[in-house]
Amino acid sequence: MVEASARPGIEEVWAWLDGVPDPEIPVISIVDLGIIRDVAWEGERLVVTVTPTYSGCPATAVINMEIAACLAAHGLADAEIRTRLAPPWTTDWLSEKGRARLAEYGIAPPQPAGGPAACPRCGGTELERVSQFGATPCKAQWRCKSCLEPFEYFKCI
Amino acid sequence: MEAREAALFELALRMGDTALILGQRVSEWCGHAPALEEDIALANTALDLLGQTQMWLELAGEVEGKGRSADDLAFLRDAWDFRNLVLAEQPNTDFGHTIMRQYLIDAWNRLMLDELQNSADARIASIAGKAARETAYHLERSRDLVIRLGDGSEESHARMQAALNTLWPFTDEFFEADDGDALLAAEGIGPDTAALAPQWQREVQASLAAATLDIPEGRTNPSRSRSGRHTEHLGHLLATMQWLQRAYPGARW
Repeated sequence: MVEASARPGIEEVWAWLDGVPDPEIPVISIVDLGIIRDVAWEGERLVVTVTPTYSGCPATAVINMEIAACLAAHGLADAEIRTRLAPPWTTDWLSEKGRARLAEYGIAPPQPAGGPAACPRCGGTELERVSQFGATPCKAQWRCKSCLEPFEYFKCI
Repeated sequence: MEAREAALFELALRMGDTALILGQRVSEWCGHAPALEEDIALANTALDLLGQTQMWLELAGEVEGKGRSADDLAFLRDAWDFRNLVLAEQPNTDFGHTIMRQYLIDAWNRLMLDELQNSADARIASIAGKAARETAYHLERSRDLVIRLGDGSEESHARMQAALNTLWPFTDEFFEADDGDALLAAEGIGPDTAALAPQWQREVQASLAAATLDIPEGRTNPSRSRSGRHTEHLGHLLATMQWLQRAYPGARW
């Protein structure tokens, strides 16, 4: 139970969650990833609504544990994490900050055209797809024909 | 169960069991695929399918109302209670068979999910909406590979044609419908499967023609997943998949 006067504001909770890294791509936060759909007080209880990325992504359970741990560390041990399937998660929900961090980290951010815009290493635009899939459910493998380096591309769905 | 709930249970099992059994089969490739990229692609496809399984079987358990979880349904039923398309349980054989099986089912799954996204039942619509995006991605890959391998070398063409000859008869049952399906279709909960058949035929005929493969004629298969009449392969698959829960009931991580 949290005293109404001591309740953290919704914006504050969003800021805390923005400090929780994605377990598989730790340069972006779970807020950058676009999976936190809502933060709200329901009576005395804080409810965080999460939309999973890929239905089989093993990181989903870890993310829920990390959200719970983050909130507990701020004194909200009885917060509820609610899963919402619809509307389905889309890479359109990645934040601008998240896209920029992905590119800096060496993962090309998703593009509406379906393929990466440029090589995250050298900026080259002559690119070829190596595989539609990659090391995590959300990524594919591409190669730059200019610097010849392979790189990861965040799949667009 | 009321007729409507019973039909809903069957539909959720058909979707969930097909995803589960195909996912289990595809995951058998993990560490064995012909190239690292394909190994990763197959494992990722299996992972998506197992994720979809979780959602469908959870819904099936909820509809049934006997307190069975998705895990209970996956690990504690026997072959005759499974409702997966019989094609899904066919063995991997070689990469050609695996990709042909994947393509024929991806094309079916895509059509089913597109219809189910508009289901009057919000739970079905939300699961289908999530699974449809992943399945569209799977279909893009399996269709591309069927065409490239079919219209590839002499060896790859021969293997793809052999796969099609073996697997095609199992597609007989894809769009069959019973009273339960008619009930769900009338209420806008499930698809009018008969109307989907020609769409599937168009998709598959166009891709197989591009792959220079001939659809075999006059072959049928008596197996029918709707009545639990599976091929012998399902029992062997379940023996592997369910072994741990059968030997150590209730074991958890």
